[in-house]
Amino acid sequence: MIAPSAVRIAEVGKSFGAVKALGRVDLDIPQGELFGCIGADGAGKTTLFRIICTLLLPDRGRAEVLGFDSVSDFREIRRRLGYMPGRFSLYQDLSVEENLRFFAAVFGTTVGENYDLIKDIYSQLEPFRERRAGKLSGGMKQKLALCCALVHRPELLVLDEPTTGVDAVSRREFWQMLKRLKAEGITILVSTPYMDEAVLCDRIAFLQKGSVLGVDTPCGITGLFTRPLYAVRARQKYRLITALRRYPHAASAYAFGGSVHYSDKRPAADLRDLLAWLDASGLEDAGITQIEPGIEDAFMALMELQGETGTEGADG
Amino acid sequence: MAEAVIHTENLTRKFGAFTAVDAISFSIGRGEIFGFLGANGAGKTTAMKMLTGLLRPTSGSASVAGFDVRSEPEKIKQNIGYMSQRFSLYEDLSPKENIRFWGGIYGLDRKTLREKSARLLEALDLQEAADTRLSSLPLGWKQKLAFSVAQLHEPKIVFLDEPTGGVDPVTRRRFWDMIYETADNGITVFVTTHYMDEAEYCDRISIMVDGRMAAIGTPDALKDEFGVSSIDDLFIRLVRPTPIE
Repeated sequence: MIAPSAVRIAEVGKSFGAVKALGRVDLDIPQGELFGCIGADGAGKTTLFRIICTLLLPDRGRAEVLGFDSVSDFREIRRRLGYMPGRFSLYQDLSVEENLRFFAAVFGTTVGENYDLIKDIYSQLEPFRERRAGKLSGGMKQKLALCCALVHRPELLVLDEPTTGVDAVSRREFWQMLKRLKAEGITILVSTPYMDEAVLCDRIAFLQKGSVLGVDTPCGITGLFTRPLYAVRARQKYRLITALRRYPHAASAYAFGGSVHYSDKRPAADLRDLLAWLDASGLEDAGITQIEPGIEDAFMALMELQGETGTEGADG
Repeated sequence: MAEAVIHTENLTRKFGAFTAVDAISFSIGRGEIFGFLGANGAGKTTAMKMLTGLLRPTSGSASVAGFDVRSEPEKIKQNIGYMSQRFSLYEDLSPKENIRFWGGIYGLDRKTLREKSARLLEALDLQEAADTRLSSLPLGWKQKLAFSVAQLHEPKIVFLDEPTGGVDPVTRRRFWDMIYETADNGITVFVTTHYMDEAEYCDRISIMVDGRMAAIGTPDALKDEFGVSSIDDLFIRLVRPTPIE
């Protein structure tokens, strides 16, 4: 059985003057899904989210959110939606507690009514209850913003880059919270520039220059990478990357953590020949192992196919 | 190690009763790529402000590019480059105007500046966009330009504060090609990042926890020392020893 749609986008486009933010986007997100939008700055993620949150009117196409039309029924949607914008948008001069009470009041509820939903997150903020929101650390601000977006128990939670600029540990904790919210039955739409977070979503859409390049499960996206992939190691990494790129049969060579991920234009790489090439380039210590591609490999291959790397638009 | 471009001894900064940076000691050599990691609020920004001559240490000492942070902060500013994701270039100016503006700030004479500007625009493949307002250029181009502008005055060391935030994975790696090239030319690169895979691209890294340096070394040596398979795991281990569930 297919769950009813939480968000249904059909042929939505949006331009700002001469800048085309969204080309022609179709998306269908079933209820209860943890759905990720991956893409660089300027790919159109924020524009798409603002249309879904009824904060922007599409130039064309139609967005249906929780069964309501984003233009004619925007009031119904706003009541049922929690939105955490990319920029910190709480009241800096109000305390942690005052912010939360304010947002509860705006939505006609109280903090107590849905406290069970935010308890896990809010308990970490409790020691700073009296502190002004503007004086919180980055990680704490993010948690407070999430509490404020959840205080009216929304059916759909829209999070625009909640983990940008947040350290690796806080990012991990944030995703654990999202998992718990999903278990509560809340549909979650989240954008991120971090590829390792994409793996944690049920499904992901990859946006580039205002278009959706692909929508699939993390496994499905990874499966798009069909060439054999190798991890090559050597002590002198820069020399290694340069040598691999100069190799006549190279399809791609990108640094990946401690090694370089290399793919070959031929159906099967001649590893002995490649090692000899590296040896001649002064990399006697080079070692090669075949590996399974990860999601970032797949995304980069997708981007290469489009030939649009590094030319993303100017602003969100 | 080659000649030290940065050297600190028990460098400390307190704000009232709070110790933001707690007696850190380390050296960074010429042409080294040094990754400066830590959780939000661990003291990275405070340490960087001291190293760039913007904040006086409470105690301890540091020399950067051969100058003392306490007595010669202005000399330091003239001999380092700095780039951050949030502030570097003027969005309302074109690439050419930005280069001219920053070249002027760094005290380059007209002739040198003209030559450098032409060379830089060519190297970055920005000739066609040379007179376009920066705000309409892709972020990846702006980051590359900002990195080059930070080196206009040929500093001995460049500080990069989260230089690759928000770009796609391919653009991010192209930026690292530039970092490698810079280090190859003998310029020291001091870089902060939240991307743990980028930590492994550095020659050496340090991880700050609560104002102290909890780990410092090459990525491989640190992985061996702590018995972990990635810097991501090491970071989690050091920053949050007992995970909250």
